[in-house]
Amino acid sequence: MMDTLVSVFKNNGLVLSFALIGVIMYVSYFLSDKLTRGRVHGSAIAIILGLFVAYLGGINTGGEKGLSDIGIFAGIGIMGGGMLRDFAIVSTAFGASFDEIKKAGVGGVISLFLGVIVSFVFGVIIALAFGYTDAVSLTTIGAGTVTYIVGPVTGSAIGASSEVIALSIAAGLVKSVLTMTFTPFVAKYIGLNNPQSALVFGGLLGTTSGVTGGLAATDPKLVPYGALTATFYTGLGCLLVPSLFFFVMKAFFA
Amino acid sequence: MVIYGVALLAICTLVGAFVGDMLGIVLGVESNVGGVGVGMLMLVLIVDALKKRGRLELKTREGLNFWSSMYIPIVVAMSAQQNVVAAVKGGPVALIAGAGVVAVSFLLVPILSKIGQKQRSTEQVTPEYREEPVR
Repeated sequence: MMDTLVSVFKNNGLVLSFALIGVIMYVSYFLSDKLTRGRVHGSAIAIILGLFVAYLGGINTGGEKGLSDIGIFAGIGIMGGGMLRDFAIVSTAFGASFDEIKKAGVGGVISLFLGVIVSFVFGVIIALAFGYTDAVSLTTIGAGTVTYIVGPVTGSAIGASSEVIALSIAAGLVKSVLTMTFTPFVAKYIGLNNPQSALVFGGLLGTTSGVTGGLAATDPKLVPYGALTATFYTGLGCLLVPSLFFFVMKAFFA
Repeated sequence: MVIYGVALLAICTLVGAFVGDMLGIVLGVESNVGGVGVGMLMLVLIVDALKKRGRLELKTREGLNFWSSMYIPIVVAMSAQQNVVAAVKGGPVALIAGAGVVAVSFLLVPILSKIGQKQRSTEQVTPEYREEPVR
């Protein structure tokens, strides 16, 4: 019976991964609701759990591909592989519109570009301080500091190692979780109480889950303004980081 | 039909990947240069154009919506197959980069909000701006 079950799982790898990720999502949203009262968004907990099972997989197999190194979970490698990942990321552009960005005004657009640049440069500086010297690793960690999507998209486009890509996801995740949790506490000190500052906030932080979660806990009326600029942030990062920023990095770090 | 939305998305992704790879070859680097970003840009422009002509049917939208709602689950699957064991050794870099960038960005919010507000207040004195209906 056990053999039959294993062979069903092996023959239906991708389908099994849908079921497995579904369970992880359910547990994550449950924890988000019960343990953090929705303050830490379910999506962030799900990614933490994802990294955690990758860690378990890595320890058990000694391999480099996390959970997907365990035979029956190979389907995770298809679901979370480069093909479906890029496909799903491109789909998030559906719903964004350039008429919307006009509403954000000059301040919103400046904050959007500055947000991507500042985050990237900051990530690169920290990576340098930790002894990374090659353009590929530096760019990938800098990209992860932009968001946990820009990190892996950049990393796989320019050929970074899985270890560095995992770091870039983790950096983006820390950014997202801290934005969700700390925004309500610092809001009054940074003047985050009007639509204009919410637009700027969304453009600077850019992590959609962090921005919407943080603003919802601060003042739900501000959420659409922050989301307006944050929606464009990851797209802008995916456009600029693996191209322009990578070339600048290559010029400085051979 | 739902497949129209999925196909549109597929075409944008493929064109983006192709443009990214070609750029990589032209620029002499072995990488995909901004392909995902190009795909996103293309999708936004096409969806905008279709919406304005009223050609984006509900079923087509459903095809696009399905995949954009699969985005986080796919990111979770992606996370589940990374080399986290090796990354844990370099863990502090992720923590410090992630935490530091939040602090820096928070500090920039009041500074940039002022730029925006100046812009807004000058706009408001122009009569055309006042006449525009509130959306």
